[in-house]
Amino acid sequence: MSADTSTAIREVVREHVRLPVDIDTLSDDADLFAAGMTSHASVNLMLALEDAFDLEFPDRMLTRSVFESVGAITAAIDELSMQNSDVA
Amino acid sequence: MTNLAPRNEQSVPAAITVGLDLASVEAVEASIDRHDERYLHRVYTPRELSDCRNGDGTPNARRLAARFAAKEATMKALRTADEPLPWQSIGVRSDGFGRPAIELSGRAQELASARGVRALEVSLTHEGRYAAAVVVAELGGAR
Repeated sequence: MSADTSTAIREVVREHVRLPVDIDTLSDDADLFAAGMTSHASVNLMLALEDAFDLEFPDRMLTRSVFESVGAITAAIDELSMQNSDVA
Repeated sequence: MTNLAPRNEQSVPAAITVGLDLASVEAVEASIDRHDERYLHRVYTPRELSDCRNGDGTPNARRLAARFAAKEATMKALRTADEPLPWQSIGVRSDGFGRPAIELSGRAQELASARGVRALEVSLTHEGRYAAAVVVAELGGAR
């Protein structure tokens, strides 16, 4: 699931975060804030990810590190998706 | 230069920290257009939303951008590392004279207490496409 998740996250970043570089030139570990994502853009990213993956980031995940790279976001979404499937 | 009255030695703070942030009014407008109430209610306190309405009831993006900058400036002044901090736990309220003040709740309030913050001062501005905020935190010190 993580590879598909990573691809989908890149699409969301491309559409909702105005990075000065193409997201596909960045590795999964690349720091999105260092690449030009503002803190306000990270709010848009969070809301857009919630729409795209039909989930909600809980308060405990509202940290800089959760949104700082495609890899970190993938891990967070995988964790939330697993929790949701456990509940369902 | 204003001559300040000498401070009572007992009220001298141990230290101050400062946070500064700049926010794009256009980015706030875009977020309102795209995410509407979800964006507004996830980021701003009910008081901020009430204080930042245009005459027709629509959200005032310039004033909201200044408040977003104040939240980020407060996080910087609190020297946050990677603690989870909901944006709504930091708010700006205006007094009867329009003077802004920082209002903390929940996790932000706990963090400020843990940091020994005695007081927070904020100044907001907006001009054209940008809004900015400066927050000064007064830490510890003998009373």
